Amino acid sequence: MQILQTCSGSAPSRCLPYGTRPRSSCTSVPDGLAAPGKAGQAEPRPVVQVPTDALKISRHLTRRDQGALTSATRSHAGKAPKTALEPPFSGFEGHPQQPNATAPLPGTLLRASDALLLFLPERSNLAGVRHILLVLSGKGGVGKSTISTELALSLRHSGKKVGILDVDLCGPSIPRMFRVQDNDVHQCDSGWVPVFVDQDKSISLMSIGFLLEKPDDAVVWRGPKKNALIKQFVADVAWGDLDFLIVDTPPGTSDEHISTVEALRPYKPLGAILVTTPQAVSVGDVRRELTFCKKTGLRVLGIVENMSGFVCPHCSECTNIFSKGGGEELAKHAGVPFLGSVPLDPQLSQSLEEGRDFIQEFPKSSAFPALTHIAQQILDGTLQQSS
Amino acid sequence: QVALLDIDICGPSIPKMMGLEGEQVHQSGSGWSPVYVEENLGVMSVGFLLSSPDDAVIWRGPKKNGLIKQFLRDVDWGEIDYLIVDTPPGTSDEHLSIVQYLSAAHIDGAVIITTPQEVSLQDVRKEINFCHKVKLPIIGVVENMSGFVCPKCKNESQIFPPTTGGAEKMCQNLNVPFLGKVPLDPQIGKSCDKGQSFLSEAPESPATSSYRNIIQRIQEYCDQHHFQEEKII
Repeated sequence: MQILQTCSGSAPSRCLPYGTRPRSSCTSVPDGLAAPGKAGQAEPRPVVQVPTDALKISRHLTRRDQGALTSATRSHAGKAPKTALEPPFSGFEGHPQQPNATAPLPGTLLRASDALLLFLPERSNLAGVRHILLVLSGKGGVGKSTISTELALSLRHSGKKVGILDVDLCGPSIPRMFRVQDNDVHQCDSGWVPVFVDQDKSISLMSIGFLLEKPDDAVVWRGPKKNALIKQFVADVAWGDLDFLIVDTPPGTSDEHISTVEALRPYKPLGAILVTTPQAVSVGDVRRELTFCKKTGLRVLGIVENMSGFVCPHCSECTNIFSKGGGEELAKHAGVPFLGSVPLDPQLSQSLEEGRDFIQEFPKSSAFPALTHIAQQILDGTLQQSS
Repeated sequence: QVALLDIDICGPSIPKMMGLEGEQVHQSGSGWSPVYVEENLGVMSVGFLLSSPDDAVIWRGPKKNGLIKQFLRDVDWGEIDYLIVDTPPGTSDEHLSIVQYLSAAHIDGAVIITTPQEVSLQDVRKEINFCHKVKLPIIGVVENMSGFVCPKCKNESQIFPPTTGGAEKMCQNLNVPFLGKVPLDPQIGKSCDKGQSFLSEAPESPATSSYRNIIQRIQEYCDQHHFQEEKII
């Protein structure tokens, strides 16, 4: 990789003679990108102490938790968060004196978790999760959250218990897609209780969306803070027994992805589903995501080509608004399974807007067969694995 | 004279869209040379620094910030009228860094892109809040993928339905300028994939006139902004 910056971080004119084109030998982008541990080691570990802003999460504690919480708060109140890496950008690195809705990581909660460790069972919170799968894409706006949601609904309809962990901290879409955006997160002895979508408790969710005081609050965090919350999401959410935990990610191959893969590694995730739209511009980024999976040892379960064609409801003419076939070609080129093409479907979009169960309510819709087929392949894959 | 800086380090799309895939960054005594599409349009992206289209940039925040700083400090843009910075989605390292690093240069403002659905708008409201917090003026919001007219029967479909009134209503509520809507047009994706100018390839498309109207409004804003700055000086 020809990255001039890694020539000892100095200005390029000091490391390359006049007029020289960047040489690949000049780069020292760590092959340590292959092992996420190394990528993590490329930077000093920040000391993350958190502001004591109370958050919705601490409002609904049991009396026992409250006891632990109060003593924790007393000993740790007033500590300012420190990130060892970059100078604080005023207003965002969270000074406890300022009520700061954009730095919502609650100090009380973190410390309460520490206190609660005394009462925690030996069992990890992910011990009851049978299969973990990640939904990734190199590109934004391709429909990762949509695919995560519909996959969860399909699996639920096959009788499975599913959880969704939303690690998109800047743009958490999952709560709204299930119409539970106003719900709170409660605590229990084992940690944080995920938000259940209905009485059935067959789908449970965790997202930073539930932890914000106001839905429009921006989470303006640099990497270390995001990493800390992701670690907490992985360790402290009491999922209970689940057949599947789907991890919905933001676009890219950065902090959230490295941290999520590192944190989940001990639990041996089943693999990753990569979502793309058909165009080359989208596929171009998803190729990089495939490399990320390879380098981090994450198995690719397959590629989904989303927004693949639109059938006009008036005349049934099919138009390839975002081109066609790019996802399938990529799967062939990369030697990974192609899980299917999901067409553009206004009923699906509407369903997501209203937080409805598309799989239940629109079985005749154009996206239904593709979505259920994807879920079936995942189920078949897990059956194969266990047999 | 226009410069386009792509700070989406993990997903650099600009080289492909500009038909510059495979180009490399050259270096001279005055710094890194942008890659020129035309004499008056220069581009910089991490995409030019990667040797293979499969190369992934798996970097945490600080490394990304370092490269962004280098893009701003070491690229020899020359005299330019407009520096356009394309960002990744979110409100994180790249966004904080670019605002911080450009603070001395007085950013004219931000153009925020959304699609019509509430699922998109809810994230865009966060982005608007981010702009307010970092005191980044908002030039306006563009509603992309706003409706699709079937080429056969000419009926319009709302593929991404504006269930809460779309960007226009959001802008009214938040007192932010609404720059316009761009409809879906399959030619846009095709042109981007081929690295051709959609505006030249499809001059008659309704999307083209939408783009041109929006661009004009942005230019008017910048001219006004520049005029006001000159008055202060």
